[in-house]
Amino acid sequence: MTAASPILDIQDLRKSYGANEILKGIDLAVHAQETVFIIGPSGSGKSTLLRCCNRLETPDAGTVTVDGVDLGDPRTDINAMRRRIGMVFQSFNLYPHMKAMDNITLALRRVSKKSRADAEVLALAALERVGLAEKRNAYPAELSGGQQQRIAIARALALEPKVMLFDEPTSALDPELVGSVLAVMSDMARAGMTMVVVSHEMRFARDAADRVVFMDHGVIVEQGSPGEIFGQSQHARTRAFVSQLER
Amino acid sequence: MDAFIEQFFNLGVMAKAFPLLMRGLGMTLLICLAVIPLGFVGGLLVALARLSRSAMLRISVRILTDLFRALPPLVLLILVYSGLPFTGIRLSPFTAVCIAFFLNSSAYYGEVLRAGVESIGSGQWEAARSTGLSGRDTFLFVVLPQAVRNVLPDLVSNTIEVVKLTSIASVVSMTELLYSADMARSITFNASPVVLAGLIYLVLLWPAVRLASRLEHRVGT
Ligand SMILES: Nc1ncnc2c1ncn2[C@@H]1O[C@H](COP(=O)(O)OP(=O)(O)OP(=O)(O)O)[C@@H](O)[C@H]1O
Ligand SMILES: [Mg+2]
Repeated sequence: MTAASPILDIQDLRKSYGANEILKGIDLAVHAQETVFIIGPSGSGKSTLLRCCNRLETPDAGTVTVDGVDLGDPRTDINAMRRRIGMVFQSFNLYPHMKAMDNITLALRRVSKKSRADAEVLALAALERVGLAEKRNAYPAELSGGQQQRIAIARALALEPKVMLFDEPTSALDPELVGSVLAVMSDMARAGMTMVVVSHEMRFARDAADRVVFMDHGVIVEQGSPGEIFGQSQHARTRAFVSQLER
Repeated sequence: MDAFIEQFFNLGVMAKAFPLLMRGLGMTLLICLAVIPLGFVGGLLVALARLSRSAMLRISVRILTDLFRALPPLVLLILVYSGLPFTGIRLSPFTAVCIAFFLNSSAYYGEVLRAGVESIGSGQWEAARSTGLSGRDTFLFVVLPQAVRNVLPDLVSNTIEVVKLTSIASVVSMTELLYSADMARSITFNASPVVLAGLIYLVLLWPAVRLASRLEHRVGT
């Protein structure tokens, strides 16, 4: 058996806005079925890193490879790749003028070129995975924040992604709704989804993360198991940040 | 008082002018049917150009839309109808009306639609693009429907203006509603046909005006 190559491979990634260097050479490899958490102070570049992983941002230098395909290669069909890179946003970003079902089928029909009937079968399966099949005809405004976020997860899931990126998926939610979203994410992790999660839900990270990455000022300061990062980190910066989370 | 009713609300004159006015209404509706979709599609192109990445395109379209909004539509129509033949292009009155209205109403619809598109947050674009949707599909299926909904009152008001404006087609001798009414007036020496034309406009546009203000309230809340 050869060592499997990573699903997501980030090498020497750099990104600046004007004179402001946000990512200063990031190296990170995420393997199949791994759940990697990224933590770090506000402004440390976590969102920018995720957004470079599906080219919502264009990096200045470095490579991002997903399932062996270099996203920066001009020959890469980025829309075909994005379908395989699910993204979940802090603010859900469901399409408010469409029912839950249509939110999910849009990309299946337009990008995966499925018929309406096939798309609806896949969408329904995705809705069942997030426990909201009965809400398929609801508009986003008729759903709670937690339900909206689960629909957003289903929208990405239905496209059968190789990797899912979560950018603070629960930080816009009322505390009592966080649990339902985290439960769906745990299920996904257990089912073998490869996930990169920016989140400060430390209890959840302890349970679900295979690895925790601590970022600060555009670099990865350190990474390790949840126990290593949240417990007895060698780095003063990590310890200071973690202790602040615990408060 | 009797003289006033005789001059403005003469039912006999109205009845005689009625068939002529109906033909005029037909022409008005025909012009609307051509000009409103043209203006809307033109407005979409203007809005897209105004949001384009190319600064050249953005600026030139802005200058053009400013120009066509500043120029009185009547002047624009006369220029198109009697100016273009000098460049060797002969136009039917109907074509001239379509071109002039296209230029004028594209500029107005364009401004309204641009505001609508700008009202849609970047999160919608990003979510759609992250699922692999192309920029074109994102615009058509995600952004445009929401944008139109957000500016529906303005779109309806704009359309009402376009309908009223079709009366200037009379200067290139198109027998639309108002022109027909004026013709009837000069034959009968009686203003009642013009009053009747006014009533027809009212019947035509009053529901649209109501709709616009109802939409205004709905968006306001
Ligand atoms: N489009 C942009 N233009 C200019 N600066 C930007 C842009 N996007 C992000 N930045 C800056 O880049 C820095 C990193 O932003 P980023 O959103 O990646 O941080 P983050 O770690 O996700 O922070 P948070 O925890 O607050 O979400 C910030 O200082 C931000 O102001
Ligand atoms: Mg962020």
